[in-house]
Amino acid sequence: MSAKSIDKLMTGMLYLIAGVIVLLLAGLLGYILVQGLPHVSWHFLTSPAKSFEAGGGIGIQLFNSFYLLVLSMLISVPLALGAGIYLAEYAKKNWVTDVVRTAIEILSSLPSVVVGLFGFLVFVLQFKFGFSILSGALALTMFNLPLLTRNVEDSLRQVGFTQREAGLALGLSRWETVVHVVIPEALPGILTGMILGAGRVFGEAAALIYTAGQSAPALNFGDWNPLHIASPLNPFRPAETLAVHIWKINSEGIQPDAAAVSAGASAVLIIAVLAFNLLARWGGNRLYKRMTAG
Amino acid sequence: MDPIKEAMLHRSRSAKLERRGRLLSLACISLIVLVVLAIFIFVASRGLATFFTNKVNLISFLSKSTWAPAVKDAHGVPQVGALPMIVGSFGVTFLSAVVATPFAVGAAIFMTEISPNLGKRILQPVIELLVGIPSVVYGFIGLSVIVPVIRTVFGGTGFGILAGTFVLFVMILPTVTSMTVDALKAVPRHYREASLALGGTRWQTISRVVLRAAMPGILTGIVFGMARAFGEALAVQMVIGNAALLPKDLISPASTLTSVLTSGIGNTVMGSLENNALWSLALLLLLMSLAFNLLIRWIGKKGEMK
Repeated sequence: MSAKSIDKLMTGMLYLIAGVIVLLLAGLLGYILVQGLPHVSWHFLTSPAKSFEAGGGIGIQLFNSFYLLVLSMLISVPLALGAGIYLAEYAKKNWVTDVVRTAIEILSSLPSVVVGLFGFLVFVLQFKFGFSILSGALALTMFNLPLLTRNVEDSLRQVGFTQREAGLALGLSRWETVVHVVIPEALPGILTGMILGAGRVFGEAAALIYTAGQSAPALNFGDWNPLHIASPLNPFRPAETLAVHIWKINSEGIQPDAAAVSAGASAVLIIAVLAFNLLARWGGNRLYKRMTAG
Repeated sequence: MDPIKEAMLHRSRSAKLERRGRLLSLACISLIVLVVLAIFIFVASRGLATFFTNKVNLISFLSKSTWAPAVKDAHGVPQVGALPMIVGSFGVTFLSAVVATPFAVGAAIFMTEISPNLGKRILQPVIELLVGIPSVVYGFIGLSVIVPVIRTVFGGTGFGILAGTFVLFVMILPTVTSMTVDALKAVPRHYREASLALGGTRWQTISRVVLRAAMPGILTGIVFGMARAFGEALAVQMVIGNAALLPKDLISPASTLTSVLTSGIGNTVMGSLENNALWSLALLLLLMSLAFNLLIRWIGKKGEMK
């Protein structure tokens, strides 16, 4: 075969591969939405799950997912900001910084089940938080922190050095320059990273099954005192999230309509994650336009 | 006292703020490093107890194939052979990497060399969406589509390494693809121009120049994908069948380190041998993730030296 016909053949192959991947995603999304959406209704989204009979909903799990997300972002965002600022602005080029970077790299590549087991050992057993939202939020923080930190650092590094010089020339200290000049400029990038991180946290399950637990006790949505045991805001109650729920009903299989419930829950989960992705793209661009002259 | 002298002798408000801010950011970064250390110390102290407290032989732990921590053999030694899980984990990892690599590299070539326009408009968002889909959803689709298909085509239960490979293939595809794209984009334009000027066709240029130059980057991407596959827990656990047996073929139920961990740790008592043995598996998982990390660094260094 001549070089030219091989070239044609391989080009065709590459088009085929690209087509297969697009079809794969279309198939995945199509399957989940076609199977799941008919099952999604207001009743499904708001009523509690049932263990041994059909017709249960995902109301409590949905609330737990969002509450856990908010709590873990409250803990991880300030930490990631601080750590990112240190790496981008203060860290000197020496072996200590190398060790720190390696540690972050290792943490980001740890399997999430190991992070979950560590959370189980330390927060659930050692600190006696039990299977609780707090343990889950701390485990998710460890899972999310390295990626957020790297995102903050990268966003800060994108800011031109002249901006820092301008701040310093005005007599601001380095910290004031970072807070008042560099961070506002880097904000769209930081925000995009945070929203993508939120999407990742929302779908995470392996880190949660032994920290936030696999049960969803009944909640009283009229009682918002965080200290009451049935209150939705109580951080010390066990809280099964949506992703954990899908895993659990599929591996236990005692629910007669497990397939339908997990299809519905998967559809809700995917729509939520897609919404996070779109929001990150659209919100980042829009914020950037508003804050710059562009 | 002279106000100027006083101002010189005391720290200004601004300098205090600077010190406080610096300390604050240092505290954040130290916390992260501390957490990493703590993870290693805690998991290692639990995982090593199997060998030091329960006197299990390390060699037999790694090479025996009977996983029954509750049962003792004729010599009174508990049977904790992790070989089935080790084989299962490495099996799904390598197989899924072998399946995913041609697709990922092909897609990356398509996006950078063949049609950057279609690549940016269609394939890029497709890859980003694939990353975003949560692993339990992949597991659920595997359970409700792939397992029944394998059952009808090959017989058996449908659960096993083949099903796990399929699920992991889709999960690591975006990781490997996007890293390969970065590697291909980093190849300087004049390499391609030189090859084309010599009369090479596009495919000759891609296969003999671009891929060759981007090889370290592509290998890094594949190892990253393998690390992800090795550590993935729930999606694999849902389709692999969870039988701690040495896998005979690809379609009989097997297990991985992660699947045994997720299904076992809640059912054992803290401090018992059954529990310690599971923590040893977690330690093994931790060490493997470290090994993948070292491998990536080594490839990076090798690639740099050209």
